[in-house]
Amino acid sequence: MSARQQVLMLWLASPTLDAHVLGWAFHDGSAGAGPQPESDPPYPNGTAALVDGWRLLQMSPLTPPIPGHEREVSFLKHEFVFERMVDVDAASVTDSTPGRERSVLEH
Amino acid sequence: MDALPLLTTDQMASFVARGFLRLDAVVPDDINAQAMEELPTLLRAWLDEFRGVTGDRDETEAPLPRTGTALHDAYAAESAFGRMVRVPAIAGAIASLVGAGPVVDHHFVHLKMAGDLKAQGLHCDAIIDEGFGFDIQLFWFPHHVAPREGGTRFVPGSHLRRVNMDDVSRYQHLAGDEYFSGDAGTVVIFHQGLWHAGAPNHGSRNRVMGKLRLNPTVPQVRLWDTSDLAERNRNDDHIWARMDPGMVAATLRGSERWYEPSAHRLETVQRARLWRYITGDNEFDVDWYLTRTERRAALVTP
Repeated sequence: MSARQQVLMLWLASPTLDAHVLGWAFHDGSAGAGPQPESDPPYPNGTAALVDGWRLLQMSPLTPPIPGHEREVSFLKHEFVFERMVDVDAASVTDSTPGRERSVLEH
Repeated sequence: MDALPLLTTDQMASFVARGFLRLDAVVPDDINAQAMEELPTLLRAWLDEFRGVTGDRDETEAPLPRTGTALHDAYAAESAFGRMVRVPAIAGAIASLVGAGPVVDHHFVHLKMAGDLKAQGLHCDAIIDEGFGFDIQLFWFPHHVAPREGGTRFVPGSHLRRVNMDDVSRYQHLAGDEYFSGDAGTVVIFHQGLWHAGAPNHGSRNRVMGKLRLNPTVPQVRLWDTSDLAERNRNDDHIWARMDPGMVAATLRGSERWYEPSAHRLETVQRARLWRYITGDNEFDVDWYLTRTERRAALVTP
């Protein structure tokens, strides 16, 4: 068995972990051999991810708005990054996930 | 000649709030069938340009229009694109959003092959466009697209976010994002800032889509059917005070499931500013966010 990292990104409705999930992304170092998200979204809020065993790696800092741009909108503000390590049979891990790179036919 | 069917105030308000307008099965079947023949040829013409082919082009290839060509002159009237933009409902929508004499920025033919399960990263086209003037992009689906068969993913209400191109590609799933599916001849008109992405095609048929970007050449002010605008354009419609039925503000304060509550209020402000531009009414407001600060600022002696 060998350890692989899975990364879960959650974008929440406010800067607190118990806020509800607005968006999410999953990156799988086990290439499908480890447990997979089972619902959309996988958790109702950030705290539920902790309860299920995910470790919080990073959260967005609270930054004051740029003077002159206080009312502009841009990226989602409240990003939380989690990880968990999963044990997998190293021989079963191959990069078989569909790529997300851009194609010249899709601009 | 009959007058073009211009967009309604409700359609314009929805476009300002959500960044797209959907016209279902608006292009007749014979034009769609023609597109299924011609669009792959247009893609080959672009590939030739991209590859620098100069001497051995297929004579059947239609030439690409030069950027900046008036839409009326850019495509032969009997060509697929030429016929599509002359469909009265399409021409009326174009005239309502960017005026009757826009120029072609570019077109592109998108093929999503059957069984291609790659999910393109979310993005908006071009770069960060400054100001409230806007381009439109027509996404023309000339054949029926079933759910999960490569219909473009898009995020309602994302068009006013200040982001650059692929910088939003990490958002794999957002609450309320949509994947196009619909009947042949459907055209979805996007504000140029709307986030979108090519989606996996789980079907057995290649998905074809023709995209056309148009630039305005006139101020985009009161170009639609404004016959009901004056009575629906109150600037004091306020969710925490008094709201009247039928006001434009009701549409412009609508939220999206992926908005943070705090960002929703800023989105409302951005929409009110865009509405000011397209109405020419610089006192318009939704929920008093702009008016209260503008009035306070006027009281302060520098």
